[in-house]
Amino acid sequence: MSARPVTTEDLLPFPLVPEGTTAKDIDDAVSLPMESFPTRRWWIAFSFSLGLLLIFSVNVTITVSQGIGTWGVNNPVGWGFAIVNLVFWIGIGHAGTLISAILFLFRQHWRTAIARFAEAMTLFAVLCAVQFPVLHTGRPWLAIYWMVPYPNHNNLWTNFRSPLEWDVFAISTYGTVSFLFWFLGLIPDLALARDRAKHPLRKFIYGLLSLGWNGSNRAWSHYERAYGLFAAIATPLVLSVHSVISFDFAASIVPGWHTTIFPPYFVAGAILSGFAMVTLVVVLLRKMFNLQHLVTESHLEVMNKIMLATALMVGYAYASEFFVAWYSGVLYEKYVFLNRAMGPYAWGYWSMVTCNVFVPQLLWFKKFRRNPWLMVPIVILVNVGMWFERFVIIVTSLHRDYLPAAWGMYHPTWVDAGLLVGSFGLFFTLVLLFVRFLPTIAVSELKGAVLQKHAGAHHE
Amino acid sequence: MNKPIVEVGTVGLVDDLSGTIPSKPKLGDKLLEGKQEKVGVVGLFDDPHALVKAAEKVRDAGWKQWDCHTPFPVHGLDAAMGLGWSKLPTIALSLGFTGAALALLMQYWMSAVSYPVHIGGKPLFSWPAFVPITFEMFVLFTAAGTVLTGLWMCKLGRWHSPLHDSGVMAEVSSSRFALVLSAKDELWSDGARSLLDEAGCTDVRDLFEDVDDGRIL
Repeated sequence: MSARPVTTEDLLPFPLVPEGTTAKDIDDAVSLPMESFPTRRWWIAFSFSLGLLLIFSVNVTITVSQGIGTWGVNNPVGWGFAIVNLVFWIGIGHAGTLISAILFLFRQHWRTAIARFAEAMTLFAVLCAVQFPVLHTGRPWLAIYWMVPYPNHNNLWTNFRSPLEWDVFAISTYGTVSFLFWFLGLIPDLALARDRAKHPLRKFIYGLLSLGWNGSNRAWSHYERAYGLFAAIATPLVLSVHSVISFDFAASIVPGWHTTIFPPYFVAGAILSGFAMVTLVVVLLRKMFNLQHLVTESHLEVMNKIMLATALMVGYAYASEFFVAWYSGVLYEKYVFLNRAMGPYAWGYWSMVTCNVFVPQLLWFKKFRRNPWLMVPIVILVNVGMWFERFVIIVTSLHRDYLPAAWGMYHPTWVDAGLLVGSFGLFFTLVLLFVRFLPTIAVSELKGAVLQKHAGAHHE
Repeated sequence: MNKPIVEVGTVGLVDDLSGTIPSKPKLGDKLLEGKQEKVGVVGLFDDPHALVKAAEKVRDAGWKQWDCHTPFPVHGLDAAMGLGWSKLPTIALSLGFTGAALALLMQYWMSAVSYPVHIGGKPLFSWPAFVPITFEMFVLFTAAGTVLTGLWMCKLGRWHSPLHDSGVMAEVSSSRFALVLSAKDELWSDGARSLLDEAGCTDVRDLFEDVDDGRIL
């Protein structure tokens, strides 16, 4: 028996595109949103997002001009919505890196059709996330002085033993690396956009951005190694970023925070919320731009399976936290967890458990995994739940810690709410501009995975 | 070497080198303002498998100055072209380790030398606390190193290519596979295109490059 070499096709759980799809079909489908005037649906979504972005700008202006006294943060809850939103948005971003790096290393070729969306989403989510700690400094225009070690008149340096300083390095590295990874993947597709462009201005801009890529195989051979190396370093990076975020809590001695389960628990939660957001964005965009044949229901099904798995991990973490609090015998730990489930913020706790653990159980049913309109409510609820998870962790631990005399409640203000809602405007505005002006699917990668089935067998 | 120069003339469209002049140039069409010189031949294939076969022939004939241009990385083409492993990861990772060393050195110097703060006799160089930033700087330097090394090795940032000047790039970006034999090679002769014919290529064209016209695109 002559052994047939393993081809890309053998590794696919389902066909990536319908039988008989040609390279031109893929080029046309992906380029359509970039080359045609935006549709009505796009304009409606874009105006809505711009409206939310306006809300964001107004509240940023209020915060910057009047100070964070306009927020609900006070003693004892000094970290309110801002830090909740920071952790929430960073978590959303993690799915993008997971899809582009980790699934790449595992040779999950189905990721091709959604990787670009997800990477762009990472970038925009990180951008939303960094707004909050920077605003939280109160004087954002001075933030750089406090965050970055720079030679100054007093010879003072930042505290490298503080997880907050680790965050500065982790998040800025994450943002930079995500951008470079995304741009690296875009280069061959920008070259395609350049070569398809009719208008000289489009040709010039895409030509400039594609850096003169001409598909040379001498370049491809370096490019592929570069991409692989990027995936290899982005994988530990993504795990480190949310671990470092969790150190902000775990390295403190506040009951409910000081626990070793936090890094993996945060990473699992990040993947759950990130996949929920990718699924939401993908469902809406494939409908908006008629990409149903490239981003199929099978893609959605695989993403939903990952969501189900991470929802179970998150549920396990919730249970394990409770068990360890009881098993530790520490009075304060036990109280914090009972207070979470039965105290004044019990509604937040049970919203979190319902949305993150119970609702995703529907994904055991194939129908919910494959029908876009059934999964949309699920993924929205998961995002609500994941936001509440961070709210519960931050607010319930702070509002009642060791000394009952220092207990208090946290009351967010309209500015807090406006910034949270408005940050979605920033996110979706950027997403919609991205789908309008850049190739939303990694065309060269998809063509490689689809058209190579005959050539793949040829090796020395 | 003795580069053959062919003057094509001052009119005509890039996409059309056969001699017929379309009636009216459209917006976006690039007119040949100056001269073009012949820099090689290009063979276009529809099947990546055929390209790999042809590449093996060219490699075995001993060519050095030649390249394949493909819309996506073709499996087995690196071997067929006789390309070795890319050195890119070695360079990028060395930069990464340099970044990590610098980050550790920076934290040591700032915490233990420049402004030591004594707190309860705790060590000034508390290295476990310096691990996260050291790691992040390793990743950042590796990533930046990968991109910069990649730009250099892939010869990016050179916006001008004979494939554009000869009007074959659009086909290559979409779905065709090109093999370019450069006139710079020692084996170059006017019969070079017969090598491509023998390799089964049915679409062999001359490759032209604009003589510098001062434009970057």
